[in-house]
Amino acid sequence: MIISDQFYHKVSIDIIIIVYSLIDSSRVFEEYLLPEIIGFARRPLTALKWDGTCIKIELESNLKGEVNLRILVLLKQVPDTDEVKLDPEKGTMIREGVGTVINPLDLHALESAIRLRETGNHSLCVVSMGPPVAEDALREAIAMGADRALLLTDRKFAGADTWATARALAAVANREGPFDIIMAGEKATDGETGQVGPETGAMLDIPVITYVSRIIEINDSSATVEREVEDGRELWRVPFPVLLSVTKNVNEPRLPTLAGKKKARTAQIERMGSTELELKESEIGLLGSPTRVVRISMPKISRKATLYEGSEVKEGIKEVKRLLRPYLEVNHE
Amino acid sequence: MSEIWVIAEKRGSKIHSSTFELLGKARELSEKNGFAVSLALLIEERPSEEVFDELFAGGADRVVLSVHEGFRRFDFQPYIRVLEKMIKEYSPEIVLAPATSSGRSYMPGLAALLDTGLTADCTGLDIEEGTGNLLQTRPAIGGNIIATIKTPSHRPQMATVRPKTFSPLKEKYDSKRELVQFEVEPELVKTSAQLIEFVPIGEGKKGVQDAEIIVAGGMGLRRIENMLPVYRLCKLINGTVGASRKIVDSKWLGHEAQVGLSGHTVKPKIYIAAGISGAVQHIAGMQTSEFIVAINRDRNAAIFNFADIGLVGDATEILDELVESLGAEVEK
Repeated sequence: MIISDQFYHKVSIDIIIIVYSLIDSSRVFEEYLLPEIIGFARRPLTALKWDGTCIKIELESNLKGEVNLRILVLLKQVPDTDEVKLDPEKGTMIREGVGTVINPLDLHALESAIRLRETGNHSLCVVSMGPPVAEDALREAIAMGADRALLLTDRKFAGADTWATARALAAVANREGPFDIIMAGEKATDGETGQVGPETGAMLDIPVITYVSRIIEINDSSATVEREVEDGRELWRVPFPVLLSVTKNVNEPRLPTLAGKKKARTAQIERMGSTELELKESEIGLLGSPTRVVRISMPKISRKATLYEGSEVKEGIKEVKRLLRPYLEVNHE
Repeated sequence: MSEIWVIAEKRGSKIHSSTFELLGKARELSEKNGFAVSLALLIEERPSEEVFDELFAGGADRVVLSVHEGFRRFDFQPYIRVLEKMIKEYSPEIVLAPATSSGRSYMPGLAALLDTGLTADCTGLDIEEGTGNLLQTRPAIGGNIIATIKTPSHRPQMATVRPKTFSPLKEKYDSKRELVQFEVEPELVKTSAQLIEFVPIGEGKKGVQDAEIIVAGGMGLRRIENMLPVYRLCKLINGTVGASRKIVDSKWLGHEAQVGLSGHTVKPKIYIAAGISGAVQHIAGMQTSEFIVAINRDRNAAIFNFADIGLVGDATEILDELVESLGAEVEK
């Protein structure tokens, strides 16, 4: 079996996917193809997954690190429960008394940063704004591989919308920075706005690349990343400083190691409030938030179907057709 | 005079349908507050007259056009800087943009530069009586609650709206057709980000989480070849194929199609559950869909308690019938 030049070209990225049906037999794959891929990539293999139709081979990341990059990851803690608790007066979520975890989508940003951190003598700082209980989430980040954790906690931060949150995060990035790379998750699983990342980037006046689905290369001065959008994939190269917000396709986050957990237990979580960040009351928390939640309602989730049976099914099909008709190619755009 | 601004969305160099949906909504709001509707268009080349005709007929009183090569594909800093300058010059009361990958990126950046509030993924927009404030409604916390949000004392009031949430105008708007050419200074479009490559993909390749229509198959389809009408229906209506856990466990489809607790949570406009009985785990992944059609042979199947329309019958037969008659409409 011969591997085409085009295929070799793709080895410069971290994941290779092979459609299995294209390969004559598993013996051919294991004996000929695999050694060739590994040999060419000159990088250790970190995973080999088989999902029934494809073989996914992950190679050790080719992120390089000759200089000491300063990396910041923005983390949000989200409630570790599906139970919704709301403050009926303020219309904001009650976070006190609810266990927190790192927003699952932020874990992908953290994983990207840890992989980069491992390639050299870089520093990886994580920051979160939240109540004191958010310390647990930051300890988890340390257990996974972060060097330093900052907790922005202050009663005055409470009730912040995305603008006021970004204001505080931008302030800490300025105070503790400059950072070469800031990473954020696509959005949080509770608020689901995805606004804090780009808002923070704009406030810091740095380029922002959103929906990063793959980190192709990070060298001592720039990042090359793939961005997944509605009509295709874009490849961007951006010099530092840059803010990247990543999607969950970017990687599989690791679990903390035992040694990491041990380290995290005694690690110091640095706390900062509005005074340290020199922020005015009018620009933080509920007071500094341009938006106000004025009403909360609970939609009724259980519905009762209009049921079409026997001879009525034809009528039901007509109803479904009426529903789908606007989406037919001919009736669209 | 106060204004509502809509920021145009392009796909390639064409104006995307979400632009016209927002223009339609902006006109509706304008009937309540008397505001004029402006459309901001950032584009790489001056479009043809027909494009302007469409935008004016779609509801714009004015088009503010900014032409620069750098707008060929979305780039964060040039977009937010040019939009900031435009908005500071015209001071609109309301700014709306589609909640697409670019809208969801430049709108937060713009809100940050303008020091104002932004509400993401609104499903409803209205004008509050008395104050004239924009009432922005959005689902939150996995669709478990609906929040109404205001931006009482900052301007503009900004919101993003998912495509296909609102409808374009049905009749042509009689516009006074004001076209403004907005000159961009080189300083504003300066960028350090470099687009190296763009690889287009078919729009049909959307993942199940972002899909607007999902046709999901379950074991009620009985045999793998009965997935065929599912695929055919998806092709007709630009839908995405979904599946129950059992289908994925049986390797009929990959995990990317799985809907439910151990798969993906989805929130499409229309969810068609074909031959899915409605296990709790599956329901948890699709119950916040806007409209649910369930097809199942068992009239007591749990799925019917969570559907808007239920068809009691064989899923394969019913799908075949839908494909056949909708297919005939396309042929015509």
